[in-house]
Amino acid sequence: MLLTIAGRELRSLFLSPLAWAILAVVQFIIAYLFLSAVDAYLMVQPRLAAIEGAPGVADLVIAPLFGNAAIILLLITPMITMRVLSEERRNRTISLLFSAPVSMTEIILGKYLGVLGFFLVLLAMIALMPLSLLAGTELDLGKLAAGLAGLTLLLAAFSAIGLFMSALTDQPTIAAISTFGLLLLLWIIDWAGKSEAQVSGLFAYLSMLRHYETLLKGLIHSTDVAYYLLITILFLGLSIRRLDADRLQH
Amino acid sequence: MGKAVQPAQRIFTYDHSHAAPVRPACECHAVNIQSVSHYNSRRNEALYQPGHLMNRENLIQVEHLHRYYGQTRAVHDVSFDLAKGEVLGFLGPNGAGKSTTMQMITGNLAPSAGQIRVHGIDLLDEPRRAKQEIGYLPEQPPVYRDLTVDEYLYYCARLNRVARGHIERAMDRARDRCGLGDVRRRLIGNLSKGYQQRVGIAQAILHTPAVVILDEPTVGLDPIQILEIRRLIRELGQDHGIILSTHILPEVQSTCNQVQIIHRGQLVFTDSMAGLERRLQATSLVAAFHVTPDSDALQQLPGVTATEPLDGGRVRIHYDGTDPSEALVELAVNRQWRLHELSPDRRTLEQIFIELTCAEAPAGETGEAA
Repeated sequence: MLLTIAGRELRSLFLSPLAWAILAVVQFIIAYLFLSAVDAYLMVQPRLAAIEGAPGVADLVIAPLFGNAAIILLLITPMITMRVLSEERRNRTISLLFSAPVSMTEIILGKYLGVLGFFLVLLAMIALMPLSLLAGTELDLGKLAAGLAGLTLLLAAFSAIGLFMSALTDQPTIAAISTFGLLLLLWIIDWAGKSEAQVSGLFAYLSMLRHYETLLKGLIHSTDVAYYLLITILFLGLSIRRLDADRLQH
Repeated sequence: MGKAVQPAQRIFTYDHSHAAPVRPACECHAVNIQSVSHYNSRRNEALYQPGHLMNRENLIQVEHLHRYYGQTRAVHDVSFDLAKGEVLGFLGPNGAGKSTTMQMITGNLAPSAGQIRVHGIDLLDEPRRAKQEIGYLPEQPPVYRDLTVDEYLYYCARLNRVARGHIERAMDRARDRCGLGDVRRRLIGNLSKGYQQRVGIAQAILHTPAVVILDEPTVGLDPIQILEIRRLIRELGQDHGIILSTHILPEVQSTCNQVQIIHRGQLVFTDSMAGLERRLQATSLVAAFHVTPDSDALQQLPGVTATEPLDGGRVRIHYDGTDPSEALVELAVNRQWRLHELSPDRRTLEQIFIELTCAEAPAGETGEAA
C-alpha cells in the first residue's frame, strides 16, 4: 500500500514538467560547480604533490561540491514538497485517500517515500560526477560515501519538513515559503549563539549545517545520524497528526 | 427492483406537467410541529414492513450521529439504516448537513458523537475493514487530472486493496458500467465534466463495495447524461446499497426507493417510496366554475372537509377518504354553476419538501422524539 501511494507520487512528479526542470537546472549548476572545482584543483595539484599528506581530491573537490549541493537542494526542496499534500487537499482528491482503506500513517509514509524517491534520483545524478573522476585518478571512496550519506540524511530531513509544511496548508505557495524559511533557519541557527558560549551549545546542535560538515569530513558520528533521523521522524509524526486532525476539524 | 421503480417513474412524468405550481411556498402550507412528528411516527411502520423484514440485510447503521463545527450544529442526532437493494435519497436544502453526514459515513470526517456501522463493522473502531465496504463519490470527483482513466482506475483499485489478479476484471466491469470504454486512454483532465463524473462513479464502484455513497452525482451533467447516470444508479441499486444526496427532487422520485429529508442537521422525514407515493395521493380537487358556487353546498358533499377559494373562479376542495368528484359534477350540473375544469390536485414531493424545510419554528425537538 505504501508503495502504491509512493509510486503514484513519484509518477505524478515526473508527469509534471517541474520535476524535469528541477533535475535539469540542478544538474547544470552542480556540473558547473564541479567543473570549476576540478579546474581549481588542477591548478594547485603540482604544488600539492610536493607536500606530504596534502588534502586529496575528496577534500578539495568533493566536499565543497557536496557543501554547495546542500544549499542548492535547500532551495529546491520546497518546490518539490509544496504540492504533495496541499494540492491533494486543494483539488479535493484527498478524500480518495481518506475513504480508501488506508491509514493516515500509510498515506504520509507513502507520500514521503515518493518524494524521497525523487531525491534519490537527483542524488544518484549528483554522485555520478565525483564518480567520474575514478576514470582518471584514485578517490577516497570512504569520504565520498560519508558525503553521500550526509546528503541523503539531509534530504530525508528536508523532505520530512517539507511534507509537514505541505500538510499544514492547502496553498502550495505558502507551504513552499514556510518550508524554505524553516530550512534556512535550521541551516543558520548556529550564527545566533556564536558570541555567548552558553546558548551556542544548543543552537549548534540544532544547526543542520554543523552536523552536515562533520559528515563531509568523512566522520560518521552517531550524534549526527541521530540528529537527522530525529528531525525526520519528528516531522513525519507531526504530519500524521496534522492529517488526522483534518477529520476532526474544529 | 421493478416494482419500486415503476410508480416512481410515473410520478416523475406526472411531476413535469405539474412542476409549475410550486406555490409561494411557506405561508400557504406552513408546517406545524404536529405534521413533522406525524411524518416521523410513520417512519417505523414504513421501514419495517413485514415483507421488508424477511431478508433485510443491514449494510449501514447510523446511530445518533452528531457533528458540531465549533458552536455550529451541522448534524444533530441522525439515525437511519440502509439495507441491500435500497436506494436511499438524501434530500435537503443547501447547508442542511447532507454532505457532512456523508463525509462521516465514509470516514472523511470524525463524528462528534454517534456510531456508524458498515456491514456490522464499526467504522471508528476498524476503519480499514469498514472502508473496504464503502465506495464514495464526493461532490467534486476526486480525480487526478494528470492520469489517464486506466491509470487512475488502476491506482484506485490498488488503493482499495483489490487483489492484483482481479484488478483487470474489476476495471473492465467499472468501465463498462460507466461507459468509459472509449476514453480509457485519455487524460482525465481533458475529459468533459460529465465524463469526469463518470470516472468518479467508476472509482466508487470499482472494488464492489457493499455501499455506494454518491454526493450529488448528476450536478453539471447534460440531460442525457443525467438519465444515463440515473439508470446506472438504479442498476447498481440491485446489488449494492446506495445513498444518494441531491436537491433535485425528480431525481429522488425516479431513482430512489427510500427518501429522507434532512433539515438543519436533523432528519425531518423518512419514508419508503411506496409510503411517499401514498402520501402524494390526491387529497384535494381544483374545480373552476363560471358561476361562483355556494361554498356551504360544497361543504355538504360527502367527504369534503374544507373549501378554499382561489383566483379565477377556482375553488380548491379538500377531502378525506372518498373522492367527491362525481357528486361535485352532479351538484354543479343541478345548480348550473357551469363547471369547466376539474382536476385532482396531487401533492408533489416539492410540497412536502417545502413544508418541511420552510418551517420557521425549529421543527427539531418534536422531530427527533419520534
